[in-house]
Amino acid sequence: MNHVITALVENQPGVLARVVGLISGRGFNIDSLNVAPQPDATASLMTIQVLGDDRVLEQVTKQLNKLVDVVKVSDLTTKSFIEREVVMLKVAVPTAKRGELRDLVAITGAEIVAVQAKSVVVSMVGDRKKLAEFVELLKQFTILEMSRSGVIAVSSDEADRETTKRKTSPSKRGGMTK
Amino acid sequence: MGFFIVMAGARGVKETACVVERVKMRSGAKCIIDSLEQAGVTTIFGLPGGTVLDLFAELYHSPIKFVLSRHEQGATHMADGYARATGRPGCCIATSGPGATNTITGLATANMDGVPLVCICGQVPSTMIGNDAFQEADTTGISRGVTKHNYLVKNVDDIPRVVAEAFYVATSGKPGPVLIDVPKDVQQGQTKVDRMPDGVPAMRGYRPASTGHPKQIVRLAEAINKAKRPLFYVGGGVIAGNASQELMAVVRKAQVPVTTTLMGLGSFPETDPLSLRMLGMHGSVAANHAVTECDLLVSIGARFDDRVTGKISEFAPGATVAHVDIDPSTISKSVGVDIPVVGDVKLVLAALLDQVEAKERTDWLKTIAEWQRDFPFGYETSSEELLPQYVVEQIYRATQGKAIIVTDVGQNQMWSAQFFKYTAPRTFLSSGGLGTMGFGLPAAIGAQIGKPDDVVFNISGDGGVQMNFQELVVAVEHELPINVVILNNGCLGMVRQWQEMFYKKEYSGSQLGQSGRGENEGISSSRSGYLPDFVALAKAHGAEAERVSARSEVADAIQRAIGSKRTNVIEFIVKGDANVYPMVPPGASLTEMIHSMS
Repeated sequence: MNHVITALVENQPGVLARVVGLISGRGFNIDSLNVAPQPDATASLMTIQVLGDDRVLEQVTKQLNKLVDVVKVSDLTTKSFIEREVVMLKVAVPTAKRGELRDLVAITGAEIVAVQAKSVVVSMVGDRKKLAEFVELLKQFTILEMSRSGVIAVSSDEADRETTKRKTSPSKRGGMTK
Repeated sequence: MGFFIVMAGARGVKETACVVERVKMRSGAKCIIDSLEQAGVTTIFGLPGGTVLDLFAELYHSPIKFVLSRHEQGATHMADGYARATGRPGCCIATSGPGATNTITGLATANMDGVPLVCICGQVPSTMIGNDAFQEADTTGISRGVTKHNYLVKNVDDIPRVVAEAFYVATSGKPGPVLIDVPKDVQQGQTKVDRMPDGVPAMRGYRPASTGHPKQIVRLAEAINKAKRPLFYVGGGVIAGNASQELMAVVRKAQVPVTTTLMGLGSFPETDPLSLRMLGMHGSVAANHAVTECDLLVSIGARFDDRVTGKISEFAPGATVAHVDIDPSTISKSVGVDIPVVGDVKLVLAALLDQVEAKERTDWLKTIAEWQRDFPFGYETSSEELLPQYVVEQIYRATQGKAIIVTDVGQNQMWSAQFFKYTAPRTFLSSGGLGTMGFGLPAAIGAQIGKPDDVVFNISGDGGVQMNFQELVVAVEHELPINVVILNNGCLGMVRQWQEMFYKKEYSGSQLGQSGRGENEGISSSRSGYLPDFVALAKAHGAEAERVSARSEVADAIQRAIGSKRTNVIEFIVKGDANVYPMVPPGASLTEMIHSMS
């Protein structure tokens, strides 16, 4: 099953290696990984998307919790959560087809973020399903480059909030997703 | 978080105080040694080198006793043996590069068995890290998987905090090794940070469990009270958690029989009628039958290792399984658990005592007594040759069971477990999880240094003892009355046994260099094929040494060794093809025990 795991960790060198080492050491491939600071800059949140056996991943979550630099681990897959991801695509579009691309972008709620002589950069925010559909649609043009942020997620479970509550001052880097 | 505030406060105080008295600057190296002293370290094992010269310069002026090993692996095992024997954290020092990489096996050994160690490694100067500098290795990277936690200290001001955290992490929760990597320039840097902060370091990512959940303890007590055939399966956690007395109290009251793992030997006296002794692959018939027949299995500080469970699907098939452990990640790892209790075993057992009912359990204990009577550990006594089991029995007899037995790994380890009855915690020291050959001799040195008044025996095979034999000089140098027993069967015995049983008797790679050994049983003083000549080798290291090959000489030789109060090596020339029985073949269920090859 596809799992989305978040880990609140100390914002220190070596922590990423510990977390990733624990997961990869068991033969799991990490599909996406996002790390960004928290409002309290001494902590970071990792969001890890990984495919694997539920029982083994439960063990992985327990092991992650044991790491001294890991403050809190949640396997969001076991509860309700909201996810977003950003994709940016550089697409080669002949001038004649630019109108078509613009329409597509408008309909899907994506955004044109840069226009160059022979290419256009578009971006979109959404869940994995929405992004996958969008990328599929864009395949009618020539995709030159694609970059995705990896899934980020928050639990929509009320009970989960009290343990992670922090000052909700807007994070400066939060702008990265928009 | 709170911790940083405290630190800031402490600095603030110091700075105010500076107005009155001069700022006391210390080097990073001095700061480390001061912090170790403050942490209660009295002995450090290790070996110097380029990047720890500053540390050694400070150590020279410290009251801490330094024990120079001849190999860094030896130093880590010594610190490990010291920690296992005393219950206090062991401490060792190594230099960067090869020094640090040599500690890895020792750290992994301690990590698997939950032994508290703090290992300090030198590192090349910060500015040179990553440049392939001389004697550089990515120590924190390499040791990550074999330590409970590790640190690379980049700022000299962090030293007291890091050392305080290291000792706290090493000794709390499920104990384990912590490595601190300190670049040379950090050791040479100056700091005015004061001594280590007192009290428990506040670490938001590390909060080990303490008391078990009261409701779970109630459930466990009810299960014990209700069970007709309960069994306690006790592991090293009871020893690490110093919970033997609490265990005894519960066992006495509820009359629950006890089997222990290899690591749990000594947690409950094996001379007690309620002791079923060790379970698992080479465990007792009574223990393995009891596991299979019980209706409630309570694991206490054990982790359902594959050498214990055999075939998982047939392990304790009819039993409700309860698991008391301080480490939540061990719960339901391999065997599904019905009643998990996450907490310190000492506290959980203490809480349990009031809630369990006094019982008699006549029928269950009678069945067990019959198994114990009918299937004790035994061996073929008709052999003309000297048998290794006999040697272990004679050590038990000579010491009356009052000795610290430090084993190596393999057959010697299993025979030491089977033919010596352990009655006190911290008297059986062995590399259980990692199975590190070469552990025994250096660990015995550490144990004897930590417990100078105890009789210490190291029981090794001729294979494993060669892996760290160089450390024998350390025992001689420090005049340690260790008795090193080499059960010389001329082969890597456990490997040979598996080859005999499962690999068509093709002894590939398991025969040690002793050509013509068979006809040299009544060995004279000539070399006659013994490679190495352990007696000569031991003497070259300055130890007393003798070779025994006759049954009739065993008891006297052991008495002589104990009586001499010197470092002794006794080489026993034992039957080459003696096997460890009973044996549960790998992957089989615990009741499918092999009792002999015939």
